[in-house]
Amino acid sequence: MNWTWFHKLGSPKWFYQWAANWGGRCVYLGLALLLLGVAWGLGFAPADYQQGNSFRIIYIHVPVAVLAQSCYLGMGIAGFVALVWQMKLAPVFIKSVAPVGAVMALIALLSGAIWGKPTWGTWWVWDARLTSVLVLFLLYMGVIAIQNALDDQVFADKAVAVVSLVGVINLPIIKYSVEWWNTLHQPATFKLTEKPSMPMEMWLPLLFSAVGLYLFAAGIAMWRMQNEVLKRERKANWVKKEVLEHGV
Amino acid sequence: MHPVRKKRMITIAVILVVLAAAIGLVMYALSQNINLFYSPTQIAQGEAPQNVTIRAGGMVVDNSVERASDSLDVAFSVTDYQHSVRIEYTGILPDLFREGQGIVAQGKLDERGVLIASEVLAKHDEEYMPPEVTDALEKAQAQ
Repeated sequence: MNWTWFHKLGSPKWFYQWAANWGGRCVYLGLALLLLGVAWGLGFAPADYQQGNSFRIIYIHVPVAVLAQSCYLGMGIAGFVALVWQMKLAPVFIKSVAPVGAVMALIALLSGAIWGKPTWGTWWVWDARLTSVLVLFLLYMGVIAIQNALDDQVFADKAVAVVSLVGVINLPIIKYSVEWWNTLHQPATFKLTEKPSMPMEMWLPLLFSAVGLYLFAAGIAMWRMQNEVLKRERKANWVKKEVLEHGV
Repeated sequence: MHPVRKKRMITIAVILVVLAAAIGLVMYALSQNINLFYSPTQIAQGEAPQNVTIRAGGMVVDNSVERASDSLDVAFSVTDYQHSVRIEYTGILPDLFREGQGIVAQGKLDERGVLIASEVLAKHDEEYMPPEVTDALEKAQAQ
C-alpha cells in the first residue's frame, strides 16, 4: 500500500497549501447543496401522513446529528494518531473540529426538542438516546475547555487527545441506544444494509442537505486548521515566505 | 512498526478495552434504570412497583379508548401484543395519539393494576410517507 498521502498529511506546510486549494471550494459547494436540500425539504418535499409539516425538521435534525457524531469519530481517530505517531496535524485537527462538532451537537439537541414538542408532546425526556447525545455535547465542551485551560500546548494536546479517544466509547452507545433500551426516540430511518423507510422524494432532499453540510463543515474545518497551523508554525521559514508572498 | 509506537498502541488499546468493559458493565447493571418505560409484560409480571411514579409504554389497543362526554377523562389500554395495561388520564392528549399508535405514559400503578397517568407522550416510528401513499395503500387494502 502507498502511504505517501499519509506522510504528506503529516507536513503542516503541505497541508496548508492543500487546504488553501480545497477549503473554499468545499465551503461554497457545501453551502449551495445545503441550501438546496433544506429549501427543497422545507418547501417542496411531501408532508408526512401522520406528523404533517412538523416532520420537515428532519432535513435539519438528521444531518446535524449524524455530523456531530462523525466529527467526534474523526477526533477520536486523530487522538489515536496523536498519541501513537505524534503527528503534528492530529492535535490541530482536534482543536479545530471540536467547536464545529459542538455546534452540530447543540443544533441536534435544539432541533430535536423543537421536533419533540409537537410530535411526542414534550421538549425533553431523559431517555437513552437524548441523554447520550447530551453527553456527546458535554464531551465536546470538555475538549474545548481543556484545550483552553492548559497553557502548555504540548500537554494540552495530549490531554485533549486522551479525552477524544476515550469519548469515542459514547458513539456506539448513541447509535444503539434506541435498540438496547426502551426509548421515546424512534430507531434509525436510514441503515447501511437496508433501503430507507421513506420514499425517494423524501430522502433525496435529505441526501442533498447531509452531503452539503458535510462538505461545508469539512471546508470550515480546513480553514480553522490553516489558522491553527499558521499560529503554531509562525517561526518556520515557509510561513514567513507564505505571508510575504500571498498575505493572509 | 517502530517498537515505541507499537508499545504505545498496545497500551492505548488495553486502556480502551478495559474502559469499554467497565462502562458496559455499569450500563448492564443500570439497564433497568436506563429503560425509559416498562412494557405491559413487565407490569403484568409484577416488575413495576406500585404507587411509585413509573412510565409504561406500548401500542394503544384498537377500540379501547373511552372518553368521558363531560370532562377530559380518557381511558385506554396499551399492549405489547402479549399483555396489556389499562391507563387512565385526565388532560389533553398529544396530536399523534390514536389507536394503534405507540405511546409512553407516566404515572402510578394503583392496586387494580391500572396506571393513573399524569403525562401521556406519543411515540412515532421511523417510517415516513406522504399522505397520498397511505391513501393509496388503504384503498388497495379495502379492495
